[in-house]
Amino acid sequence: MSARREVLLWSAQRASAALLALCVTVHLATMIYAAHSGLSAAQILERTRGNLAWLGFYSVFLLAVVVHVPIGLRAVLAEWLGWRGASRDWLLAAFAAVLAWLGARAILGVFL
Amino acid sequence: MSMLQLRVWRGGPRGGEFQSFEVPRQASQSVLDVVTYIQRSLDPTLAYRFACRVGMCGSCAMTVNGVARWTCRTHVDQVCADGRLELKPLANLPVIRDLVADMREFFDKWARARGRFAGRRTRHDDFERVAPESEARRQVDAAIECIGCAVCYSSCDVVAWNPDYLGPAALNRAWTLLRDVRDDAQTERLRAVAGDAGCHACHTHLSCSERCPKHISPTAGIAGLKRAAAAAALWGEL
Amino acid sequence: MNPALRARNHPGYWAFLVHRASGILLALYLPAHFWVLGLALHNAARLDAFLRWTDQPLVRFGEWGLVLLLAAHFSGGLRLLALEFLPWREWHKSLAAVAAGVSLALALAFALAL
Repeated sequence: MSARREVLLWSAQRASAALLALCVTVHLATMIYAAHSGLSAAQILERTRGNLAWLGFYSVFLLAVVVHVPIGLRAVLAEWLGWRGASRDWLLAAFAAVLAWLGARAILGVFL
Repeated sequence: MSMLQLRVWRGGPRGGEFQSFEVPRQASQSVLDVVTYIQRSLDPTLAYRFACRVGMCGSCAMTVNGVARWTCRTHVDQVCADGRLELKPLANLPVIRDLVADMREFFDKWARARGRFAGRRTRHDDFERVAPESEARRQVDAAIECIGCAVCYSSCDVVAWNPDYLGPAALNRAWTLLRDVRDDAQTERLRAVAGDAGCHACHTHLSCSERCPKHISPTAGIAGLKRAAAAAALWGEL
Repeated sequence: MNPALRARNHPGYWAFLVHRASGILLALYLPAHFWVLGLALHNAARLDAFLRWTDQPLVRFGEWGLVLLLAAHFSGGLRLLALEFLPWREWHKSLAAVAAGVSLALALAFALAL
């Protein structure tokens, strides 16, 4: 039913946003720290490889991103491109899958 | 005497164009005075709406220099420093003729949002007690003065982008009824406002709240509807 | 001022535009970001070459731009969470300015850290 689906998407968007607020804070802080310390890529990778705590954190981060980004784009596609309906939602699901796959590869590459 | 340079939209549902007029500028003049002057002294075929002339009915709403306003409450000095005025009918609504917009869709959406009261008591029951200082009643009071002028609807870009969107006024009215303890149709109302084209389509542009001549904030009510819909879904009531 | 712009020239609308534009740009950036990081998996040499490329001033400026986008989207998003979940208060109208300030501060912190 349309009302329930819209409520679910809205709730998922806001919940993932709240989670991302925490994740982005940590991410920005670490990026500023890394830039401030003048760390090279090799040095960063030294610290991240084998670090399961960070792997866990970025996995949660990725999950929130995979929920948040497609739902956000859904409104943009509907309102600015006039694209509504099932085909739009299928494309967004595919985009979510691509994001999840690329993100998982990135996490494995950096943290494992 | 200085003159105002007017561009007034003339036409109908199939299209139209701007027509130019020159109107004497007075010391104390509302945009409605200007439109009235055109119709009485320059071109009697100009179609426009007004009724009370004193900011109570909302009939005179139209687009003045790109912004939806009540013309009876808009002083000329307020809107044209350079002596130029551009008048168009309200945006986001079909045109009947010239400056007159077709309000039917606006009120249809009001009905679709279940914007009507459904009480549960009859004349045989005692009155419902409504505490004026209660949180719920204060929320209703903040939004109840809407007179259905469509300035907010006309200012909303989501209405322009999403033809089915119920719009700020309809959703605001639904909110006042949602918070009315006497009303008995809350579940149906939440179902009506939480669909594809309901409260979740609002992106808090706040144009409605910015433009409302009664200083109502439909955004606040719509946020309340979002919360209520989420709560109802959580409890399996939706 | 252009009549179309006049009706939209208020803080709430700018906040929306910034939030939507930054969201779209970030959504386009993320797949590229993940793909580059994924190079660390199998193609260390390629990653190294890419990271050397990022040392160029123009790319550093681009990185700062991305931080600005993220900070803007983040603080705008916090504002939306406040608008949607807290009962309406008058000070909510100032939140757009607060969000703008916070995002600029964050971007400045990143720039100064470099």
